[in-house]
Amino acid sequence: MIDLQDAMINEGLIGGLMIGLAAAIMLLAAGRIAGISGLVASAAGLISGSSNRKYAIFFIVSLLLGAWIAEVLTGQVVTRYPDMLTLAIGGLIVGYGTRMGSGCTSGHGVCGLSRLSKRSLFATPIFMASAIITVTVLNMLGVDQ
Amino acid sequence: MNKELIATIISGLIFGAGLAISGMADPVRVKGFLDILGGNWDPTLMFVMGGAVIVMAVAWVLQKSMTHTWTGSEFFLPTSTTIDRPLILGAVLFGIGWGIAGLCPGPALIGLVLEPLSAAVFVISMLAGMYIFKLVKP
Repeated sequence: MIDLQDAMINEGLIGGLMIGLAAAIMLLAAGRIAGISGLVASAAGLISGSSNRKYAIFFIVSLLLGAWIAEVLTGQVVTRYPDMLTLAIGGLIVGYGTRMGSGCTSGHGVCGLSRLSKRSLFATPIFMASAIITVTVLNMLGVDQ
Repeated sequence: MNKELIATIISGLIFGAGLAISGMADPVRVKGFLDILGGNWDPTLMFVMGGAVIVMAVAWVLQKSMTHTWTGSEFFLPTSTTIDRPLILGAVLFGIGWGIAGLCPGPALIGLVLEPLSAAVFVISMLAGMYIFKLVKP
């Protein structure tokens, strides 16, 4: 059990370092923030006057391709999804909230925190706390997803 | 194809592979991290974010001394430092949605190739949420 836990942590750290490297390349070579919610909105044409749309589309297609390659090579990318209604409600709130708050885990949590951006230093602890409270309350209510 | 676009593609590929390897494509793992009182806490997400933040912190130090990117293009970076209601309320809402589904935007997108049907429900709803915000925002 301890070995399994260690393996999980190692995977997490390796994955995290790769995400950091990817965001660093996006910043230092493409001059852009690898904030996924912003890139999704931009790719979907939901940010008016954005000159980034082409980059956003290429980034997202590459993101999917990268995950697919990792899945093919390792064959052990686990996904345990909740039911469709939970996904629909969660997705709707995540979409609205990330646009209103100008970012998500990648934009605020990875790129903003590391830049010591004042807005991200506020937003990240708030969404972490909000998510922790949500999960705790749902568990207390015994909501089975 | 320009160099900026090639850099964007390389970044996307590594980001997607990193997310898949990190374990964060699994909503149960993410909820296992968020469930700090649950008695079976899964710290993985902390290592994912920690690892990413450390590398990016170095990148920001490098960026400070650069006038242009490595490909010669300009930087397009957020400049706002205002702490306003939308920032706080948006973060609260995002956290609620994240806690409900165990998915944030990156893992949800890569879900489209890992668990297509379920991930599509989340992603389409997320796009709808983004569209609704665009409609109602002042």
